[in-house]
Amino acid sequence: MLKVKNLSILFNAGTINERQALKNVSVTLQNGDFVTVIGGNGAGKSTLLNCIAGVHTPDRGHIYIDETEVTNWSEHKRAKLLGRVFQDPMMGTAGNMGIEENLALAYRRGNFRGLRWGISNAERAMYREQLKRLELGLEDRLTAKVRLLSGGQRQALTLLMATLKQPKLLLLDEHTAALDPKTAQKVLALSEKIIAENGLTAMMVTHNMRDAIAYGNRLIMMNDGEIVLDISGEEKKNLTVEALLRAFERASGSEFANDRALLSMGKK
Amino acid sequence: MLNEITGAIGLGLLWAVMTIGVYITYRILDIADLTVEGTITMGASIAAICITGGMNPWLALLLAFLGGMAAGLCTGLLHTVLRIPPLLSGILTMIALWSINLHIMGRSNVSLLRMETVFTYFTDTLGMSKNIAMIVVGGGIALVLMCIIYWFFGTEIGCSIRATGNNQNMARAQGINTKVAITLGLIISNGLVALSGALIAQSQAYSDVQMGTGSIVIALASLIIGEVLFGKDQFFRRLLSLALGAVAYRIIIVLVLRLGMDSNDLKLFTAITVAIALYLPTLKKMAAKRMARKQQARLEAEEEAGGGPDGPEGLDGAQITEEGR
Repeated sequence: MLKVKNLSILFNAGTINERQALKNVSVTLQNGDFVTVIGGNGAGKSTLLNCIAGVHTPDRGHIYIDETEVTNWSEHKRAKLLGRVFQDPMMGTAGNMGIEENLALAYRRGNFRGLRWGISNAERAMYREQLKRLELGLEDRLTAKVRLLSGGQRQALTLLMATLKQPKLLLLDEHTAALDPKTAQKVLALSEKIIAENGLTAMMVTHNMRDAIAYGNRLIMMNDGEIVLDISGEEKKNLTVEALLRAFERASGSEFANDRALLSMGKK
Repeated sequence: MLNEITGAIGLGLLWAVMTIGVYITYRILDIADLTVEGTITMGASIAAICITGGMNPWLALLLAFLGGMAAGLCTGLLHTVLRIPPLLSGILTMIALWSINLHIMGRSNVSLLRMETVFTYFTDTLGMSKNIAMIVVGGGIALVLMCIIYWFFGTEIGCSIRATGNNQNMARAQGINTKVAITLGLIISNGLVALSGALIAQSQAYSDVQMGTGSIVIALASLIIGEVLFGKDQFFRRLLSLALGAVAYRIIIVLVLRLGMDSNDLKLFTAITVAIALYLPTLKKMAAKRMARKQQARLEAEEEAGGGPDGPEGLDGAQITEEGR
């Protein structure tokens, strides 16, 4: 379904901040895979997702989605294959536009946009139904401006927008990191529900070890621009935080250096 | 005086077309596009040279509109293809247009005295005064344009332009080509500005290469006055508020001139008005913050005062402040 081959990217080439963000990364996703991606700051998780989404063009390597090479496709062209939710709740929605207008924009992802009216009444009914499933009461606020919503509501809406039109691949880039713990758990549960109900293939970047273990059928750990662990199947199901930390130390030869991940690991 | 006021209303309605154009870039696309200083003159120049050449004045408006669109395209390409920041892209096109406008007119100004304009039919055949003709033509064109703009920004393509202006990341993630959207917005905006210039040239019966100087500030002043006095979130009302703002601006100018202001100071006056208007939101925020702090200080003082003889209630208050710290 998704094939990433020998991806490399160098940031700030020739400056003091030069950084090899991805080093020869290869990974293949099967249809229906729900992969969690974990790693410390600067490990390359978000860079990998951004390369797949077309935000960055890799220096070397290839990206295929369903056998089609998309490496040189622009971000907006690739959008027809992808659903994306960002870390910043402000980033995934247009705050000055209404809830229904945002959904209508998402519903036309990958379609030609012409001079037809931007939203139809039939769509409105459909959006109302879809919003009901979020259980946030948004179905009664279709015309409310999105800037009036809370961060959690905006992420839930973005999630719905990303999946309103079935994407080939759903990319979740630390989409709960900016939320309070309770809201984060709600949005995570919602993500899992939507992925399961639609049978989506998904990649979820997270800082939280427990979330990385609890969700998905496969776990990838990155460190310093490389994939150091790739765990799936039974092994993934039986994974514990301690085992994951030990595996990481073995694989990378260093301690898992990430305050946020360690902190979120501690509270049980 | 009445004559001056109707003149102000008429002129305001001609400028309303430009204000709508500036609104598209400044508010919808969130770009301060300075191209308009050149395009307004370009529209005037095209109209002037077409009319002196014997062309139908309405057709001259259309050609001016198309010319303005070309200028907008130029700025759009500078920004999206060459990746020059939007402000600078606009300045570059504006400067380039100075030469182009001189080429269009062949000299620095063209007179349209006693020529047929879009207003002469109303003045000569229908016997209206010049000011009333300006109100009829300007108002009519502004209203038609508002309807078209209202419709356009409700269509799929119009929505994608609004989304781009609001949040480019979101727009791209939803498959919108933001470069095309920005360029399209600039094209429409500058087309309207040139149309406005063509109308103004026909109403004042001349075109001058200098007439665009400061026009962006006048448009912004109109836009902000409109928003403050008549603005609401509803889109058609916002469009209406732009026209009303442009008219209000002209009336204000008439009034301050009447009160004895030197007409050389008009641009200074307009610039100061816009600066104050742009400062207002910040001022409001700061005032709100100061109020909140005062309120907080008062609450704390009350709690401290109440902490003594009042007993349980006072204690509660003290505990809250303690926790609060």
